[in-house]
Amino acid sequence: MDKYSYEVENMNLWYGEHQALYEINMKIPKNKVTAIIGPSGCGKSTFLKGLNRMVEMVPGVKVAGKIKYNGEDILNPNYHPEELRTKVGMVFQHPNPFPKSIYENVAFGAKIQGIRNKSKLEGLVEKSLKRAAIWDEVKDRLNTSATGLSGGQQQRICIARAIANEPDVILMDEPTSALDPISTLRVEELIQQLKEHYTIIIVTHNMQQASRVSDKTAFFLNGELVEFDDTDRIFSNPGDKRTEDYISGRFG
Amino acid sequence: MPTRGHFSEELKDLKADIRTLAEDTKHALQKAITALHNSDVKQAHQIIEEDKRIDKKEEEINERVMILIAKQQPVATDLRRLIIAIKITTDLERMADHAKNISKATIHLGEDHPISIHPSIKEMAEVAFDMVDIANKAYEHEDISFAHKLSEMDDIVDKKYGEMIKELLELTANNPDQIQYLMQMAFSARYIERFADHITNIGEEIFFLIKGRSYDLNE
Repeated sequence: MDKYSYEVENMNLWYGEHQALYEINMKIPKNKVTAIIGPSGCGKSTFLKGLNRMVEMVPGVKVAGKIKYNGEDILNPNYHPEELRTKVGMVFQHPNPFPKSIYENVAFGAKIQGIRNKSKLEGLVEKSLKRAAIWDEVKDRLNTSATGLSGGQQQRICIARAIANEPDVILMDEPTSALDPISTLRVEELIQQLKEHYTIIIVTHNMQQASRVSDKTAFFLNGELVEFDDTDRIFSNPGDKRTEDYISGRFG
Repeated sequence: MPTRGHFSEELKDLKADIRTLAEDTKHALQKAITALHNSDVKQAHQIIEEDKRIDKKEEEINERVMILIAKQQPVATDLRRLIIAIKITTDLERMADHAKNISKATIHLGEDHPISIHPSIKEMAEVAFDMVDIANKAYEHEDISFAHKLSEMDDIVDKKYGEMIKELLELTANNPDQIQYLMQMAFSARYIERFADHITNIGEEIFFLIKGRSYDLNE
């Protein structure tokens, strides 16, 4: 139980009549980066959003099976999702800082949780921005608007905002697809540093990115988990021909 | 529309060029053995000259592979295809060097040396020619069923080489005046033996391509 952040067992998911995920079984190791790859519509984002139950915001969605987070089944009707909301952070494709100052963005979660102590909040903001590798760039303008930063900086602010809640998992849904190559590489470097403290699960269309940043890679196709293995193996000698075709770009 | 069509074409062209280089290498050895038998010093000089073209071809192939890796960012089997393209080409270049070395021995021996060419030289070379054909076919079809055959054939070459060296040693003891000639003969045998080793390497490279892990055919 200690080794895995998530143990997904026989997960099936439907959007109304349409089944989007079939019998997913996957153990996601702690303090590692797990990449999820696959063509559009393969179910990878759906799967990611299942891990924090965000997918339930879609009307008509139905999930079956077990999704154990730290050993507890989050699909159990008695499970309280509050813990998920604080312990599982999420970063999206487009940086979405609040139209507030940098400081307010990062302190937001803590304030909602009722923390008012100024020095405590300041310490949290500084620590989070440092971990998100953006402190040096913004420390002199914490009270300026986060929306005035570059896209790459905004994304790292969003990562800092996620970190400030002291999560143990960070879900990332194509976190660099809207960023330029240099900002992308910065975020990738950051992901490598973050895994010391957090479990990272990243959905990406960029296969080079998956191969660069992740320890494990899962390949989804048509709602099925085709292959889940060490990234080194997936990109050098995958077991399934469909995986090989996809990562080699020989697809469709 | 299929993806990666252009890249697949480039891989195909690359393979065709490497297969041609393998043929050229085999011809170089064939000519070198003929020149050795005929004490054809002129032909030997020509083989040495022609080796420059093979060296150049190796450089050209390596450069093409480097550009393909940089631009196409291949993974898995595609990546192994390109890595073994470099390795096979390196082996072929070394093989051609051995044909060149035999030609140098032919030049050292001169046009009217007193010894006869040991029959094992030709026998070893014949096996090596067949090995090139087999390796070339294995590479064309990416088929490892041929690879073990190469290992068996290499054993034959090694055995003949060992026996021949033993005989040459005895000959040198009894004919000390012919040592310089017998040495050239021993060198030539050694070059063929090394030539065959490189073909066995190519078999291992094809194995690596298909299986994704290393394999020692010499074990």
